[in-house]
Amino acid sequence: MGLAKRIIPCLDVDNGRVVKGVKFVDIRDAGDPVEIARRYDREGADEITFLDITATHHDRETMVHVVEQVAGEVFIPLTVGGGIRTLEDIRRMLNAGADKVGINSAAVFNPEFVREAARRFGSQCIVVAIDAKKISQTGDANRWEIFTHGGRKPTGIDAIFWAKKMVDYGAGEILLTSMDRDGTREGFDLPLTRAISTAVSVPVIASGGVGNLDHLADGIIKGKADAVLAASIFHFAEYSIGQAKERMASLGIEVRLT
Amino acid sequence: MSSVAVIDYGMGNLHSIAKALQHAVPEADVRIVSDADGILDADRVVFPGVGAIRDCMQALNQLGLSVVIRQVAKTKPLLGICLGMQALLTDSEENGGTECLNVFAGHVVHFPASLKDSDGNNLKIPHMGWNQVHQLKHPLWSDIPQDSRFYFVHSYYAQPDAAVVAATTEYPDAFACALAQDNIFAVQFHPEKSQTAGLQLLKNFLHWDGQV
Repeated sequence: MGLAKRIIPCLDVDNGRVVKGVKFVDIRDAGDPVEIARRYDREGADEITFLDITATHHDRETMVHVVEQVAGEVFIPLTVGGGIRTLEDIRRMLNAGADKVGINSAAVFNPEFVREAARRFGSQCIVVAIDAKKISQTGDANRWEIFTHGGRKPTGIDAIFWAKKMVDYGAGEILLTSMDRDGTREGFDLPLTRAISTAVSVPVIASGGVGNLDHLADGIIKGKADAVLAASIFHFAEYSIGQAKERMASLGIEVRLT
Repeated sequence: MSSVAVIDYGMGNLHSIAKALQHAVPEADVRIVSDADGILDADRVVFPGVGAIRDCMQALNQLGLSVVIRQVAKTKPLLGICLGMQALLTDSEENGGTECLNVFAGHVVHFPASLKDSDGNNLKIPHMGWNQVHQLKHPLWSDIPQDSRFYFVHSYYAQPDAAVVAATTEYPDAFACALAQDNIFAVQFHPEKSQTAGLQLLKNFLHWDGQV
């Protein structure tokens, strides 16, 4: 026995409200991130990630209040990503009760920001989010590139090279999203996940494409990920986190059963 | 209800710990304090910390808190958490070697880089996530099932005298994840982020008389 593989539900939050349809019958306000976080905590989530997709900077203060409220009731690690661009953004989220912040495009535009953030706040709270897309042709050796702007803008940067660089700069964890699979429900890009997870020394969270419980297990067993992140399969209450853990445990994966 | 001081010396997220303490025992008087008087006034003290050990020791020394923590260690219930635990040992090999508070004899060392799990995969560092804590007898484990999982995130670990080990965790070899001696208890994991088991430990600490 030893360290458990983690299941991390992700909530997309727009101006303080959870977006994507939520159909929990036993929740009073299905758009309330605090209620949903509470439910995931009860179901045995190992961590919770909030992705702030609020478009305007002005409204980001709302996310701070969401984190404050959740942190007062839910005592598991909380990560906040989306719009983290300055050391002050990080400080505000950590003070509100977040344990980690996810840095995405700001890392691509200014890699030194990751180094400064890790130096100031410690690597343990710096998650670098990587959006990768396959650029090699069928039959050729696999190659993935970093994309920004929700997968629309290529950067020319190789994904494996970038992941290693971010770890050198102080990332304590990598959140790896396949832009090819995100939203498809076809499962993780397993070769990508395995390539990154075996290339870096820090934990890797697989993300993008989960459509059923076996996909989660595949991310761990075949993708060698340390944690798996999913949004819609939990939001739509198709599966509970408890069911996900039971399935993973039945396949020999060590999980935290509560 | 007794008062508890959470030491604020600029290292890490005290609000999570304060909130968890308050949640564990709603009637507790939880104070975040950064001065010697505030710390010495409280009935019990929590010494948290995340980040690098050299920054931690520098901050403590600059604020004049090293001597205060040593004093607390002799007089009232003290709970060290994560870096707060590591700072209680003699020294750490982090940051090229850093002298610590020497409340517990022993060193803090880095996990070896070449560790493998049972499937032959490289073990990730930091040791991050929920791992099992194998308890040795101590009142602070009261009502917490043996081998419960707690949340860890660290790259260094303590090597204390066997006599003070209060719990062990495997990654992949067993290491001391909790230390205890008289009125002092210290844990490598984060009870404030360890859900039910963690809140129970904080509750036990808030009710602890400092006796073993």
